[in-house]
Amino acid sequence: MDAMTLVPCLLGLVLAPLLAGIVNRTKAFFAGRHGQPLLQLYWDVFTLLRKGATYSRTTTWVFRAGPVVGLAATVLALALVPLGGIPALLRFPGDLVLFAYLLGLLRFVTVIAALDTGSSFEGMGASREVLFAALAEPALLLSLAAICLETRSVSLSVMLEDISTATWTNQGPALALVAVSLGIVLVAEAARIPVDDPTTHLELTMIHEVMVLDHGGPDLAFILYGSALKLWMLGSLLVGLAVPVRSGHPLLDAFASLGGMMLLAVIVGIVESSMARLRLVRVPKLLVGATALALLAVVLVLR
Amino acid sequence: MSQGAGAEAVLALLVITDLLLLGSSRLRSCIRVVAVQGVVVSLLPLLLHGGEGAARAWALTAGGVAVKGAIFPLVLLRVLRETAVRREVEPFVGHTLSVLVGASALVFSLWVDTRLHLPVTLAGSPLTVPVGLATMLIGLFVIVSRRKAITQVLGYIVVENGIYAVGVALVGGVPLLVELGVLLDVFVAVFIMSIAAYHISREFDHIDVDQLDRLRG
Repeated sequence: MDAMTLVPCLLGLVLAPLLAGIVNRTKAFFAGRHGQPLLQLYWDVFTLLRKGATYSRTTTWVFRAGPVVGLAATVLALALVPLGGIPALLRFPGDLVLFAYLLGLLRFVTVIAALDTGSSFEGMGASREVLFAALAEPALLLSLAAICLETRSVSLSVMLEDISTATWTNQGPALALVAVSLGIVLVAEAARIPVDDPTTHLELTMIHEVMVLDHGGPDLAFILYGSALKLWMLGSLLVGLAVPVRSGHPLLDAFASLGGMMLLAVIVGIVESSMARLRLVRVPKLLVGATALALLAVVLVLR
Repeated sequence: MSQGAGAEAVLALLVITDLLLLGSSRLRSCIRVVAVQGVVVSLLPLLLHGGEGAARAWALTAGGVAVKGAIFPLVLLRVLRETAVRREVEPFVGHTLSVLVGASALVFSLWVDTRLHLPVTLAGSPLTVPVGLATMLIGLFVIVSRRKAITQVLGYIVVENGIYAVGVALVGGVPLLVELGVLLDVFVAVFIMSIAAYHISREFDHIDVDQLDRLRG
């Protein structure tokens, strides 16, 4: 069974850019366009990796370290995330806190790299990113706490292994609330509509995109790949909760979870096609709402 | 789903509508949210006491859905149409802070619930009383923190919904006539308050209650 623990990590590393491709194709389908190829992000990353990087004279080593440390933190976080019932490569009691703070480290290095450029636009994006992240974090941790209390464990792998159809019959309302809350955290953390628009290049409305404007070449490749991995990780948490297929056959479970991930990408694409981005002042309301839902889930589980 | 899970889903919906009311900025959507909450809370007797005396539970649910889900929103939307007021809520306390206050009201009610030694065995979910208490507190908060007379009517309805939820959980055997009488009282109160709001708007061209602190000769 030990070889199985490599599966979630490897699948994530290989398939994460495909998820972004599915989102883009769904959006293209709804807009009546043909859309870019499914594997576009792979080609983008390969092309960027072959290019050289240009660095401004005002930047320091902080700017160069940002993407590398960020990608390292993301890959390490990926090693902690199980896929459905298949346990993760690294697992120990309390790994969910490490998971949350590896995401925090990724955000921190992105933000200081953005501030290091001295550009006022990047500073604006950094301040927005930090504000929204600070509001999304309690929602993420409270959601995980609700699952912890329900499954009586503090390790992501064990938690998601214990979720089954029986858990859903007993605690349906609470788990549904956690799923909604995690979904909102996912769109906020992965910089998706309705919180952020990954395709916009208007400085006044950008959040995540504006912080990486000055990165190029391999650095940009790391950042693009890292954000695909982030979407994959948060997606596998949500899918592990919402697709409670735990048949005992690893292959069947893995396929069910993968199907869930593809469905999630399609749903993200549908949401992006049918909604406009929220006004910036409305976003905190959405995130505080997610926190309140997670709190309610904790209450329902605790009683 | 078992009976407990059904009641729990209703209670979760109750809290979600509370928070939605605190978070939404348009009067029209506030009225809709309160209507949904009225329907949801009316389902409680059916879920908690559906087994014994089913006819009574059905009558209560039907009365509640008709009054809170259909008549109240129609009356309030009519007032909103007739009075030419701004459609925004304009709260004294911001929406985000309001949602946080709502969440802390829920936590506070849970704490109060652990200190209460309720003498009866509760029907359905043990969460009914704290959620009902939280709904009452949130209703009171809506009354004091919002500017418009209509939002005060909404707060009053929410307080009544909370009292109703607690009542349903604690007392199973109140006669049908008494319960329907309470419903009639609420109905008349909302009716009169709506008419009052309409006349305030005709007289003063606004329904901002914070401007109603001076007498005019």
